[in-house]
Amino acid sequence: MKEGRPRSFYVLAIFFAAYVLFLYGPMIAIYVLSFQGPQGGLTFPMNGVSTFWIAKLFQGTGIVDLGAAFRRSLLLGIIVMIVTVVLSVAAGMAFRRRFRAQSVLFYSAIASLIVPSIITSLGISLEFRIIDDLIKAHWNENFETSMGLLTSGLGAHLTWTLPFGLLIMFAIFNRFDPRLEEAARDLGATPWQTFRHVVLPIILPSVIGIGLFGFTLSWDELARSSQAIGAVNTLPLDLQGLTTTVTNPDIYALGTVISAVSFTVITLALGTIHMLNKRQAAKGSDAGKGLV
Amino acid sequence: MDMSEDILQQAAPGLLPGSGTARAAKPTRLSPSFISWLQAGPMMLVFLAFFLIPLVFVVIVSFWDYNEYQLLPAFSGRGYTDTFEGCIAQLPDLCTIGKTYLKTLKLCFLVWAITLFIGFWVAYFLAFHVKSKTWQMGLSLLCTIPFWTSNVIRMIAWIPLLGRNGLVNSGLVKTGLINHPIEWLLFSEFSVVLALVHLFTFFMVVPIFNSMVRIDKSLIEAAYDAGATGFQTLVNVIIPLAKPGIVIGSIFVITIVMGDFITIGVMGGQQIAAAGKIIETRVNALQFPAAAANAVILLVITFLIITMMSRIVDIKKEL
Repeated sequence: MKEGRPRSFYVLAIFFAAYVLFLYGPMIAIYVLSFQGPQGGLTFPMNGVSTFWIAKLFQGTGIVDLGAAFRRSLLLGIIVMIVTVVLSVAAGMAFRRRFRAQSVLFYSAIASLIVPSIITSLGISLEFRIIDDLIKAHWNENFETSMGLLTSGLGAHLTWTLPFGLLIMFAIFNRFDPRLEEAARDLGATPWQTFRHVVLPIILPSVIGIGLFGFTLSWDELARSSQAIGAVNTLPLDLQGLTTTVTNPDIYALGTVISAVSFTVITLALGTIHMLNKRQAAKGSDAGKGLV
Repeated sequence: MDMSEDILQQAAPGLLPGSGTARAAKPTRLSPSFISWLQAGPMMLVFLAFFLIPLVFVVIVSFWDYNEYQLLPAFSGRGYTDTFEGCIAQLPDLCTIGKTYLKTLKLCFLVWAITLFIGFWVAYFLAFHVKSKTWQMGLSLLCTIPFWTSNVIRMIAWIPLLGRNGLVNSGLVKTGLINHPIEWLLFSEFSVVLALVHLFTFFMVVPIFNSMVRIDKSLIEAAYDAGATGFQTLVNVIIPLAKPGIVIGSIFVITIVMGDFITIGVMGGQQIAAAGKIIETRVNALQFPAAAANAVILLVITFLIITMMSRIVDIKKEL
């Protein structure tokens, strides 16, 4: 049937399959192990099957205050997602015209992506420490700190998610046909109408992709949070703290719960993207029909 | 009022949903460059407040003095002299910082070479052997999904496999290949490299794949028609054309590994020194100027590596 497949195809197909196994194998191992029986240990074989460790996590008798860290991470993730989407789409639109400081913004984004996270994190923590010292010296001696989840923590996460958002916008507009907008303008649409009813419906699947990056990268962020999050911990920080001390499958249970959230978000986002793409393929452009 | 609404819509289209349709079509002309500023301004401000200014503070604080518990805002080179302590006295032996950077560069090189090899062939398979667009999308997605899940979890995931009583060791003991469990499988340089490869090959696959799908297939056919072997086509056509992706992927992987302290910490059992870990250690000891000095050194070295690599390719042109 598939005549003409060269031998290299089969060699590389096996190589690719091995890579995928390498990617997923270990993760699947800990998902399975989080269902260890109450007597089970950190390694195979399974000592019975139960939801003991996951239940223990939710009872709060376990290792961390899961509930609080979970809510903090979720809140931060959602805010980061929204801000990333709005700022990336806006900046992406700006890059379709020439403007001064264009290359400054471009290189800031690239630099923010590749300057080691620990340096950014340290810098933000120094910045907020110095701000705190200034406030203490000049206004309020009893001031505690301006560092926190939604100040320094949010900023730290955005330095990581915004570059991805901007690069995805570049990819979108690289293959976007500007004649569609011209047509809308010729028909008398205002700039906002053009954006709302022509551009947005077309780019929407990719915009959801930006949201997916925004949430998941924040939900799992560690290196930039490490110095810049303030007194409280996010879920990944708690998890990292456990790696040196824990001898029970608690840690796998926590890993499984965190991953479950990631996979839910990934599934939701990919499902929506798929649906939108099918809709676009079926109806052509949704332009003018509205998509509320 | 009408005008301010227009500005807001242009700058942040999500803020005023639907109001544009109801509005009378009264053209209010704003200069295009002003609109661009409004659109790009918010992102620029975020980078300014949380990236550029913090970097400036890192440089400034690296020249401050410190004692056991606080920063002293007075000029001092102590952050740097403490870091390079003994570097001249111990010659020709390497001092601590020298050894640490050598170790980091070694890890970096190993991870770079392995991720490049895996990433290149995975991308090659996706770009040239998977013909259907649907399959191409699906398989790329399969490679991307782990990137959206937690790095720490993907590190911990190796424990049940590589630990003293893990699957690999118990398997090897059972088959009689070894008598005692191998100790260096976990919490060693081996496990650090393995985890880094596991986590970051993705950063190699994506740019290389991007470069490869842009290669005009007729060029490859032309090479074959002209009598080139598969190997010659690879070396003389595909690799040169995939070079931008290779360089961008390499920059990602190298900068990540140079600054890494989490993977090296968790997978090295907190025993392996690395450039990023020095900074973390100094911060934990509240020696911020010393931490900042190390950050500056790391930044300079990373910058040098990137400059060298971007000589090979114009990054902006490739995006």
